[in-house]
Amino acid sequence: MKLHYQVDGDNFLVAGEASASLKRTLKQLGIDSSIIRKISISMYEAEMNMVIHAYGGVIDVEISTDKVHILLKDKGPGIPDIDLAMKEGYSTASHEIRELGFGAGMGLPNMKRYSDHLNIYSEVGVGTTVEIIVFLM
Amino acid sequence: MELREIQDILKANVWAGESRLDMEVHAACGCDLMSDVLAFAKEEVLLLTGLINPQVIRTAEMLDIKAIVFVRGKSPTEDMINMANQKKMVLLSTDQPLYVACGKLYGRGLMNKGDN
Repeated sequence: MKLHYQVDGDNFLVAGEASASLKRTLKQLGIDSSIIRKISISMYEAEMNMVIHAYGGVIDVEISTDKVHILLKDKGPGIPDIDLAMKEGYSTASHEIRELGFGAGMGLPNMKRYSDHLNIYSEVGVGTTVEIIVFLM
Repeated sequence: MELREIQDILKANVWAGESRLDMEVHAACGCDLMSDVLAFAKEEVLLLTGLINPQVIRTAEMLDIKAIVFVRGKSPTEDMINMANQKKMVLLSTDQPLYVACGKLYGRGLMNKGDN
């Protein structure tokens, strides 16, 4: 099954709607709740990053018998130093984002914590692609 | 512990899910940082927070958290109440600060960590 989502930038009211929609689909498919939780948290953090840092983007999800593959692409400013961005507590988010309860430097570490594979490809001034894989068994 | 008992202990107002106050929670998590809630909270806990924005409801949805208590006299916005009603969540608010609200519930037996 393939799913496609368009994510608006700077619209915090609907931010996370794609992750919520995928979560509902996974529940309908009868996937184990602990696996749904891993997928939901890692995709939600990535989706929030798209909204916070990258003016939105597109998400493509492929659900197969053995895994869920999520590809998030944006045309944002890119990540200059991915190793630094992966460190818990490191954040470039604004004060406004921190007031939303995000920007604590836990987004990328949370994605790594809850996914089985996380790959980040980023070019400054071009954009970022985040690939998340969670196995279903 | 039933949500009705939590409402009583915290002298809380109910903003959404009044018909679901017979629901039970076994653990609680007090936190204002949603990324930390995502990192550490267990499933189906009670979330206590002083943060007011729609991402609190969204974060709860991701974690299957069914009940939220807003502390320090803060009230949820209409957007948040609508979202919570759609997702069948219970929203409460109390004048107590986060530390005191958590302490009162802990003292009355809600002792399992949610984590945080």
